[in-house]
Amino acid sequence: MATETLADGMVQGGAAVGSCLGLDGSAIGMPQLCTDWMPNQIFWLLVALIAIYFFLSRIGLPRIGAVLAERQGTITNDLAAAEEMKLQAVAAERAYVEALERARADANKIVAEAKAEIQKDLDVALAKADAEISAKAAVSEARIADIRAGAVDAVTQVAKDTAKELVAALGGSPDARAVTAAVSARLKG
Amino acid sequence: MAAETGLVFHPMDQFIVKPLFGDGPVMWYTPTNATLWMLLAVLCVVALFVLGTRGRAVIPTRLQSVAEVFYGFIYKMVEDVTGHDGVKYFPWIMTLFLFIFFSNMLALIPTAFAPTSHIAVTAVLGFGVFIAVTVIGFVKNGASFLGMFWMKEAPLFLRPVIAVIEVISYFVRPVSHSIRLAGNITAGHAVVKVFAAFAGIALIAPVSILAITAIYALEVLVAVIQAYVFTILTCVYLKDALHPAH
Amino acid sequence: MELAAAAALGKYIGAGIAAIGAGIAAVGVGNVAANYLAGALRNPSAAASQTATLFIGLAFAEALGIFAFLVALLLMFAA
Repeated sequence: MATETLADGMVQGGAAVGSCLGLDGSAIGMPQLCTDWMPNQIFWLLVALIAIYFFLSRIGLPRIGAVLAERQGTITNDLAAAEEMKLQAVAAERAYVEALERARADANKIVAEAKAEIQKDLDVALAKADAEISAKAAVSEARIADIRAGAVDAVTQVAKDTAKELVAALGGSPDARAVTAAVSARLKG
Repeated sequence: MAAETGLVFHPMDQFIVKPLFGDGPVMWYTPTNATLWMLLAVLCVVALFVLGTRGRAVIPTRLQSVAEVFYGFIYKMVEDVTGHDGVKYFPWIMTLFLFIFFSNMLALIPTAFAPTSHIAVTAVLGFGVFIAVTVIGFVKNGASFLGMFWMKEAPLFLRPVIAVIEVISYFVRPVSHSIRLAGNITAGHAVVKVFAAFAGIALIAPVSILAITAIYALEVLVAVIQAYVFTILTCVYLKDALHPAH
Repeated sequence: MELAAAAALGKYIGAGIAAIGAGIAAVGVGNVAANYLAGALRNPSAAASQTATLFIGLAFAEALGIFAFLVALLLMFAA
């Protein structure tokens, strides 16, 4: 019913707006079914589609295809390079471990040699030091013996002299030989 | 009827085609709002696929990676569905997908015009696909393309019946193909408009606005899915043309 | 005039009846999605390869609902 009144209004309203719009500017029926507008839409749709197809097929898609192919190539190459580098790294590690083992063995040998040499030097030095010490000890002992002997002689002499003097002071005539014998006997005892 | 209750329902007015300049009659060449929104879709495609890929970078910029996602998605779809010999129609399918996708998405901007809601537009797309696919089928397979309608597996007495059904369903394809797209977009936009009219009543306005928000989210989904569905059905039809004996 | 009133009434009633079709299509769409989900849970590895089929099925089921909606629209606005 509303449609009919609007249609009447349209008939009075004029041909300028076409047969699909009412006087108030609202649609009569479904705008989708208005045949007046279809050629316009179809024309511009074809323009739009051809424009999109042109831009895509000439510029966009080949570009992206090339980029994707290039990226794929780069990734493949990089993966191959990485594989190679990994092998190199494994080899390098093996070489490093070997070198380390060798270095450790060398070091052990050097340490052993050095130890042996030091031991030898040490032995020599110890022997020398021992010899020196024993020589010095012998000298010292000899001197100690001399001193001790000298001391005993002196004591004997002093004792004899003292005994003679004591005997003389007490009014005796000391028999030198008897005094000496007595003192020697007492000193031994 | 609606006007009597104080509510103003004009859910269909958003689909009116008007001239961009002046208000004369709409001739076939007149630049209209349909023209504007279709060309905006073209501009989006150009921005994404020409400006976005300008660098040709192996490590893509943001825009270029978006373009690459579109490319990869549609390329894979074409290759999976139609097989390797369908790949040479890839630019056409990409064109269809991008036009529908961007038209649908741009139409969701408030006050925008939805070109894909018009039967005239989707029918050109649908019948274009139908005619192209039929021509490709006959060129590639000759008369054996008709074998598609003659089921060898079915019992002999059933074959003519099945053939009739197959032929009818073949000719219904472009109709459903185009009406599905136009209907979905029209329905979504009209529903949003109806809820928007309810927002004029203060009492139910909050509910109505919430509903618009929810429907809008659904419409974003529908816009993408319908572009996808249109494209994948095109691929399926193309596969039937290239390999009619399933 | 009575005839015109009856025609208008019939138009709107018809549109309402046609709208039921949209609801029935919703059942169909739900059926497709539910069966896909059930199948996907049984065999998740096959699910990804069947999403295209899912969307095609959804599209066919939904198209009929859209046809019902279209009939409603035609009755409301074009008849």
